[in-house]
Amino acid sequence: MPETVFVNAINEALQEEMQRDESVFIMGEDIKRSIYGATMGLLEEFGEKRVLDTPLSENAFFGAAVGASAVGMRPVVETLTSFMWVAMDQLVSQAAKMRYMFGGQVNLPVVYRATMYYGGGSAAHHSDRSYPMFMNMPGLKIVAPSNPADMKGLMKTAIRDDDVVIMFEDGTLFGNRGEVPANEDLPNGELLIPFGVANTLREGTDVTVVAIAGSVPHAVAAAEELEAEGISVEVIDPRTLVPLDKASILASVEKTGRLVIADPAHKVCSAASEIASIVAEEGFWSLQAPIAKVASEQVHIPYSPVLEKLVYPTKEKIVTAVRGTLA
Amino acid sequence: MALDKDLLMLMLRRMWTIRHFEETVIDIYAKGEFGGAAHPYIGEEAVAVGACVAMQDTDYIAGNHRSHGHPLAKGGDPKGAMAELLGRVDGYCKGKGGSMHLADFSIGILGESGILGSSLPVATGAALASKIKGEDFISAVFFGDGASNQGACHESMNLASVWKLPIIFICENNQYAVTTSYRDTVAVEHVSDRASAYNMPGVLVDGQDVVAMYEAVSVAIERARAGEGPSLVEGLTYRYEEHSLGLGRIRRGEYRPEDEIETWRQRDPIVIHTNRLVEQGIATQEECDAVNAEVRGEIDEALEFARNSPFPEPEELFDDMFANAIPQP
Ligand SMILES: Cc1ncc(C[n+]2csc(CCOP(=O)(O)OP(=O)(O)O)c2C)c(N)n1
Ligand SMILES: [Mg+2]
Repeated sequence: MPETVFVNAINEALQEEMQRDESVFIMGEDIKRSIYGATMGLLEEFGEKRVLDTPLSENAFFGAAVGASAVGMRPVVETLTSFMWVAMDQLVSQAAKMRYMFGGQVNLPVVYRATMYYGGGSAAHHSDRSYPMFMNMPGLKIVAPSNPADMKGLMKTAIRDDDVVIMFEDGTLFGNRGEVPANEDLPNGELLIPFGVANTLREGTDVTVVAIAGSVPHAVAAAEELEAEGISVEVIDPRTLVPLDKASILASVEKTGRLVIADPAHKVCSAASEIASIVAEEGFWSLQAPIAKVASEQVHIPYSPVLEKLVYPTKEKIVTAVRGTLA
Repeated sequence: MALDKDLLMLMLRRMWTIRHFEETVIDIYAKGEFGGAAHPYIGEEAVAVGACVAMQDTDYIAGNHRSHGHPLAKGGDPKGAMAELLGRVDGYCKGKGGSMHLADFSIGILGESGILGSSLPVATGAALASKIKGEDFISAVFFGDGASNQGACHESMNLASVWKLPIIFICENNQYAVTTSYRDTVAVEHVSDRASAYNMPGVLVDGQDVVAMYEAVSVAIERARAGEGPSLVEGLTYRYEEHSLGLGRIRRGEYRPEDEIETWRQRDPIVIHTNRLVEQGIATQEECDAVNAEVRGEIDEALEFARNSPFPEPEELFDDMFANAIPQP
C-alpha cells in the first residue's frame, strides 16, 4: 500500500472533497500559501473563490462558516486549537446550539480543522489539546485521528457530514507516515471512515489501553515493549470522541478486565475521565483492577523544554500504568 | 520639539539593544539553542523605542507575539529576556513563558501575549485602574496590523473611549500578517483612520523615525494624563526578517516583492536616527559607534549569562499555578 504523510492526508481529503462537491470551500489564515502545509496546491486548483485568506478575526470567520453552511455551503475552516478561544462565542452559542434551538430546521455542515501544536516549546498560549472542553458541549462532533489513513477517511466523512464537526489534528503526528489505500484499490473507489467506530490497533488479552490522538503511537510502542515481557495489551483508538464507540471499549474490557487510558489532554475532565466514567458505570463487573488514566499533568504547558517534557503521556508512563493494573 | 541629547542617545542605545538582541537570537536559534517560535523585531525598533522613552517607569505596556522589542524598549534587562528565551530559571518568567511571553512586571510590563488582540483588553484594564485610583499612570499596548482586525481590538478602543481611559493604542503596521498584506484585510486605508469611529485622535506616523514616534506618543500621553482619553497611534513600518524563526515553509519574496524589502531596508530606523544626530551636530559618528559597540558587549554578556543560568528543576513544574498551591489532582 502507498505511504502518505499525515499532513498530506489532510490535503488529499480536502482536494478530493473539493473536486467532488462545489459547495465545499476552505478559509483560514494564510492558507493560500499554506503555512502549515495542509492546503498546499488548493488555491492553484480551486481558485480564490474557494480558498479564502481571512482577516485575523476568528470570531467573525468561525461564525461566517455557520451562516454559509446554513444556506447551502460546506465550509472547512482552518485554525489552531489555541485560536478557538477567540471564537468561542460563535462556536458555542451558534455552531453548537443553532440546530437544536431552532427545532432542527437547519443543518450546519461545517468542519473546523483545529491543529494541536504541542511538545515543541510553543508555551502555554499555543499548545492546547482542548477536545474535552468541546466534548462537554452538546451539538458538536469531535474527531481525533492518529494516523494518515484515519485522517483522510475521517476528514472526508466530516466534510460530508451534515453537522458541525471539529477535527482535532494532532501536530505531533504531522510528519508521521502511514499506509493509505489508493482509491483504485478500494471497493467504492474512495476512503470513507464512519464516525463512532473505534479501531483496534493490536489485539491482546491482559490489559486494554484506550489511546487518543498523539498518545496512540506511544501506546502501541508500550504494547510492543510489554509483549516481550509476556504481557498482552490490546490497543484501541476511538478515533471519534463524539460519537464514541463505547461498545468496542466495553467489549475489550470485558475480555481483559483491565483498563488504561492515554490522553494528551489535561487529566481533569479529560476524554480519559469520560471513558473511565463510562467503564465504571457500564463495565464495572468486568474490572479486575482500578482504571488508570495517563493524561497530561494539570498544569499549563511550560516553555522550558525540561519542564514541558514532563507533562504529556509517554510510552514509559503507559508501560508503568499497565504494569500497575497487573500488580 | 528640541529634545535633549541624553534622550536622543537613549533612543539610539535602546534601538541598538533590540537590534543586537535579535541578531543574536537569530544566530542561536539557527544553532539549535532553543526552539518554538520567535518573531524578530528588526526593522521596527523605532516604533517601540520612540513610544517607550516617552513613558515613565510607572506607566504600563502590554504587547504581542513579536515580543522582544517591547520590554527592551522600556528598559528591560536583556539578561532576563535572553535567559527566558533559553528556558532558564533566571528568565523573566523562570522559563515558563518563553519568547512570546516576556513580562517584567517590575518595570511596568504587563506581558506579551501570543494570542492576537488579547492584550488590548488587559491594557485597557490597567488604564481603568489608573482612572479609578485617581493616579496619573497611563498604559499603552502594541499590536499589529493583523491583530487590528480582532473583535477584542474594536471593543477595547470603544470602551476606552467611552470611559475616557488613559491608554495609547499603538499599531505597529509592518504591512503584513505572516503572508497576508494588510491591504487585503483592513478595509480602510490606514488602521489609524478607524479612530474616528471611536471618537479618539488617530495619527499616522513614520514608524522608521524614532523621534516622530516619540513626539506622536508624547502628545497622546499628555492627553491621556490630562483625563481626555485614549489615542490611536499607527507607526508605519516594516519587518526585515521573515515572520517567525522556525517557520521555514514560507519562502522569502514569495508574498512581498524583493524591491519592497530593499526599499524599506534603505529606511533603517537606526541609520536614520544616527544620521540625524551626526548631521545636526548633536553627536559625533564616533559617539554613536561607541553606543553600538557597548551594546554589542552587553548583549554578548546577556547571552553568556543566559547560557550559564540553570534549567528549572522538575519539581518547579507545578510552581506558580496558584497564589497558594492546591493539591495536584
Ligand atoms: C488569535 C490568533 N490568531 C492567529 C494567530 C497566529 N498568528 C501569529 S502572528 C500572526 C500574524 C500577526 O500579524 P500582525 O498582527 O500584523 O503582527 P506582526 O506579526 O506583523 O507583527 C498570526 C496569524 C495568533 N497567534 N492568534
Ligand atoms: Mg503585521
